[in-house]
Amino acid sequence: MKDMLLQVEPLIPALRRYARALVRNRAAADDLVQDCLERAVSRWQQRSDGSVRAWLFAILHNLAVDQFRKLASRGRHVTIDETSEGHFGEAASQEHRLMYQDVLNKLAKLPEEQRSVLLLVAVEDLSYADAAKVLGVPVGTVMSRLSRARERLQQEVEGVTEAPGNVVPLRSVK
Amino acid sequence: MNHRPITEDDLHAYVDHTLEPERRTEVATYLDEHPDVARRVGAFADQRELLRAALAPIADEPLPPELNLSRIIEQRARRPSLLRWAIAAMLFLSIGGIGGWTMRGALQTSPEGLVALAQEATASYNVYAPDHVRPVEVRASDSAELVQWVSDRLHRPVKVPDLAASGYRLMGGRLVATQHGPAAMFMYDDDHGSRLVVLTRPMASFDQNAPMTPQSQGDVGGFAWADDGVGYSLVGRAAPDSLKPIANEVRKQARSI
Repeated sequence: MKDMLLQVEPLIPALRRYARALVRNRAAADDLVQDCLERAVSRWQQRSDGSVRAWLFAILHNLAVDQFRKLASRGRHVTIDETSEGHFGEAASQEHRLMYQDVLNKLAKLPEEQRSVLLLVAVEDLSYADAAKVLGVPVGTVMSRLSRARERLQQEVEGVTEAPGNVVPLRSVK
Repeated sequence: MNHRPITEDDLHAYVDHTLEPERRTEVATYLDEHPDVARRVGAFADQRELLRAALAPIADEPLPPELNLSRIIEQRARRPSLLRWAIAAMLFLSIGGIGGWTMRGALQTSPEGLVALAQEATASYNVYAPDHVRPVEVRASDSAELVQWVSDRLHRPVKVPDLAASGYRLMGGRLVATQHGPAAMFMYDDDHGSRLVVLTRPMASFDQNAPMTPQSQGDVGGFAWADDGVGYSLVGRAAPDSLKPIANEVRKQARSI
């Protein structure tokens, strides 16, 4: 268990960040991380070799997806935190806060599967292979989702919201 | 020029800083020559930086007490383990004298935890596997109905393990009665008439989480384990060596529910 503490504890802040970016509600995200940690403790002996980081993100991701499904089937939504309440720390200037808020709002418009790939790869620094493990899909699917996520987010940023005709896909989409 | 052509994947790997230095240089050269692509790649890189900056403060927040890992580990250790129950039972038996003697019978006739689960699986195997008329109540062709039925009765989503990769085909399943309430039984066979039974049910107080352990009774044997309050037992007449990887497969699939 000492071994587990050493390997898992340093990853908790990143798990929180991923959960928060996915569900956008502090309490709900921390509940997911807590669930994830409890499972990790109970399954530590049974984990297979490979990256502990990918293993933890996979547990967390599956819990988040389960929750999305349950919420969707009950037709309810987790309320989104008012992120203007100082979430971005003292250091960020007002202008930066607005920019950050804006990109997160735009990110939230992406389909869940694109959002998670982008977060795992671009923010959490998972390798493409590890991201594929977390999501339970082939690496090729990770790449195509990543590509779509980036194109889509860029369209949002540039304000091209409803013009599918103008968008020429740059790679074949699975 | 005999460079490999630049792919879309290379461009993303360039943005994510995961290219080997040599390839990185090739992509950079390509981008110099293709300003339109460079613009797009630049936008992706900006996007990446912006997202990282926007989300970075979350990872800097102090952890709330419920995410204290030492505490989570401690809480789990405080839960009564099977060993502690066994010690408690032994103390009770030795101190209890006649009372203990009476209890002995009770303990023997109704085992708990994984042992009970494996016995139930073996009993189901012994009753249903040799049955040529109706080994299962709901056939594999109606597996959606089967899943719905057992999930309703067990009050939790139950997934039928797919053992095709191990050479076992699902025949179907049924609900079986146990001392600890309803359990879902799934039966499989291979092309040589060898059958397997997978039994699953919620665990009572014992063995909410228990590692995979071998279990056998007579010439029927297999493995039992429990994850998050749900127990599983896989039994058959095949050699334990050949059943172990199949049990691992069942466990892996169950965890991905």
